[in-house]
Amino acid sequence: MKLYNGGKIITGLVIFLGIFLAPLAYNAGKAAYIQPKLKMPENEKECVESKEFMRTKHMQLLDQWRDWALRDGQRMYVNSKGKVFEMSLQKTCMKCHTNKAEFCDKCHNDASVTPYCWDCHVQPEGLKK
Amino acid sequence: MNHTRRNFLKFAGLTAAGLCVASAGGALAVSGAGSAIRDDEKILKAKRWAMVIDAKRVRTKETIDTLAKACHAAHNVPDIPGKQNIKWLWAASFEEAFDQPNNYMDEGLEKSLFPLLCNHCTNAPCVRVCPTKATYKRADGIVAMDYHRCIGCRYCMAGCPFGARSFNFMEPRLHLDLAALNKEFPTRMRGVVEKCNFCVERLAHGKQPACVEASQGALVFGDLSDPASEVRKLLREHYTIRRKPSLGTEPGVYYII
Amino acid sequence: MLEKALKGSPKYYIWIGFLLLVILGGSGIYLMQLMQGLTITGMSRDVSWGFYIAQFTYLVGLAASGVMIVLPYYFHHYKKFKDLVIFGEFMAIGAVVMCLGFIVVDIGQPQRMLNVLLFPTPNSILFWDMVVLNGYLILNVVVGWTCLEADRQHLPHPKWSKTLAYVSIVWAFSIHTVTAFLYQGLPGRHYWLTAILAARFLASAFCSGPAILLLVIMLTQKVSTFKANVEGVATLAKIITYAMVVNVFFFLLEVFTAFYSGIPGHMHSIVYLFKGVDGHAELVPFMWTAATLGIGSLCLLIPPKLRDNLKILPWSLAILVIATWIDKGLGLLIGGFNPTPFETIAPYWPTGKELIVSLMIYAIGALVVTILFKVATEVKEETGASQKEAVPAEN
Repeated sequence: MKLYNGGKIITGLVIFLGIFLAPLAYNAGKAAYIQPKLKMPENEKECVESKEFMRTKHMQLLDQWRDWALRDGQRMYVNSKGKVFEMSLQKTCMKCHTNKAEFCDKCHNDASVTPYCWDCHVQPEGLKK
Repeated sequence: MNHTRRNFLKFAGLTAAGLCVASAGGALAVSGAGSAIRDDEKILKAKRWAMVIDAKRVRTKETIDTLAKACHAAHNVPDIPGKQNIKWLWAASFEEAFDQPNNYMDEGLEKSLFPLLCNHCTNAPCVRVCPTKATYKRADGIVAMDYHRCIGCRYCMAGCPFGARSFNFMEPRLHLDLAALNKEFPTRMRGVVEKCNFCVERLAHGKQPACVEASQGALVFGDLSDPASEVRKLLREHYTIRRKPSLGTEPGVYYII
Repeated sequence: MLEKALKGSPKYYIWIGFLLLVILGGSGIYLMQLMQGLTITGMSRDVSWGFYIAQFTYLVGLAASGVMIVLPYYFHHYKKFKDLVIFGEFMAIGAVVMCLGFIVVDIGQPQRMLNVLLFPTPNSILFWDMVVLNGYLILNVVVGWTCLEADRQHLPHPKWSKTLAYVSIVWAFSIHTVTAFLYQGLPGRHYWLTAILAARFLASAFCSGPAILLLVIMLTQKVSTFKANVEGVATLAKIITYAMVVNVFFFLLEVFTAFYSGIPGHMHSIVYLFKGVDGHAELVPFMWTAATLGIGSLCLLIPPKLRDNLKILPWSLAILVIATWIDKGLGLLIGGFNPTPFETIAPYWPTGKELIVSLMIYAIGALVVTILFKVATEVKEETGASQKEAVPAEN
């Protein structure tokens, strides 16, 4: 079988692979990724739900809280252990996690995630002008 | 099977669609969480929240500004100069507030100002026109705003006959004292409509609305459907008017003039 | 057939390049609007819809106008419109694209646009407006493209395209009625709260839309080998004239109700627009220009000798378009929000940035129309349909 325009195709493929694999080449030889050290709350040892659950599902939980509290008007959440919390990012989550930059942002920056919550919700350490 | 390009594309498309549906189904399930939700024991409940304003006791710019400051501070409402401003509660003259033009008014009313806010109408046109249900009617009669869903089309602002709604033309945080924010309540961002929310977040914990608390009894908040409530008592004993009643929106704010 | 839009004369390339430049420049300003918010426009708390929505309203009229060609051709087999149908459908596509464009640039959180689909709200007229506009776009794309392709292959139009064409005729009336319903169901805005608003919208659409279409077709005849059927053009001019008469008549009906009843709510907006209130008379010169040009266009269109004069016709159509644009593009929105619910006047004027973004949307529409009309004229040239007569060689 004849490969028509073979020269152009092979050249294009080489350029594409070069660009595609560039990040790997850039990081070759550097240390492996280390999970960031988060500043944990001093007073509380237990979060609303377990650490594993929060790690994977905290955004889903916040979305549910948002709709239950705002649209349905019911603001108290009973977790899987029977403890009651108010469903509020600013009044519950951020009361323990008192610094967004030292807790939330650490993982979010590494994962390149920019949730738009903070366009409206006020982080506990306050806003700079 | 017929190994034509067409059949290959059909097969590939079906596979892709199937994979999408499967993964979407997985994403929708949230497990491992408690799912009981309930109210705070202290919550204030009603079938139809309403407000009676004794306009004889709040008739100057100073007294009404006290109410507005309490409301705006509690809700991080920015103070924007000019015509793209935001206000949840403000002062207006009799001509501006009510549709009862009178060419020879008594001097008292002529000089009075009146506190205006969202009327939380029973038959709210803003709720009727919102294309996303970002503004919606709660079971307790409050017309609520969901800032997460609002697309900023401003149809509700065109629909409101009372001019009660404001739009965030710019970033509100540019006009807020960032050191004096109420850290328990969010701000909004540019591109959404906002208005008085009858302090639903305070009612949920047994507190009266901010303006009612600041009014020293001039504003009374209660359940219109409960004949024994304070608001019904006031409505039985005093002559009250509402704004533009002929439009049939059934506003929930009454003025004792 | 789209490949026909890729090759053209140098003038064609310059025109496309110019449009792309305008779109690029406008995009920069739109980016500013996304970052800073709608504060860059002249809108305010009291006038919360402005130039963008006014253009959207006017262009829905332009989109609906194709029906003035499609209806006589399909329902009444008026063969003289045969070569114009495709241009009506393609103009509708360009107009609906611009309508959607103006809505997108007007909403405060455009990234949440899909909420209207994710949370359908049938009691909201805006939901239905989205449905009918997009439906009309799909109808015109499918029917127009299929019929043009069929013509190119010298094949009869498929039966289903006729069915869809019939649907599009009814649908065209619905898009402007639904747009009118956006306004005429709002209890607080007395300039809009009138049953005749939908009828006014349709009348205004059916004169201004075909007028714009006819002007663009005349331009197309200058820059391509296409020649429209002379009798078809004359009939379209007649339709435009009747529609403009009805449009002016409906407006005068409003004036009568307002001023004979003397009810302030009815009168105030018209007084603000034509005379001024509380010292605010910003729109007065524009509204009287519109009225003069509107009557003037009728004086040039009603007498057959003037209407059939192809040297005068473009001017009559142009002043008709200006008059209807001022009425719908400026008067409707600003008059609707003034006086405010507080009986005050809140003057509004679009800012420069607002106008540049609007220009960008108009350029996008012009680009769509240019490409589609190029394809259509080239297909007609290929099949030898409706061509200019060759200039006889000199002996």
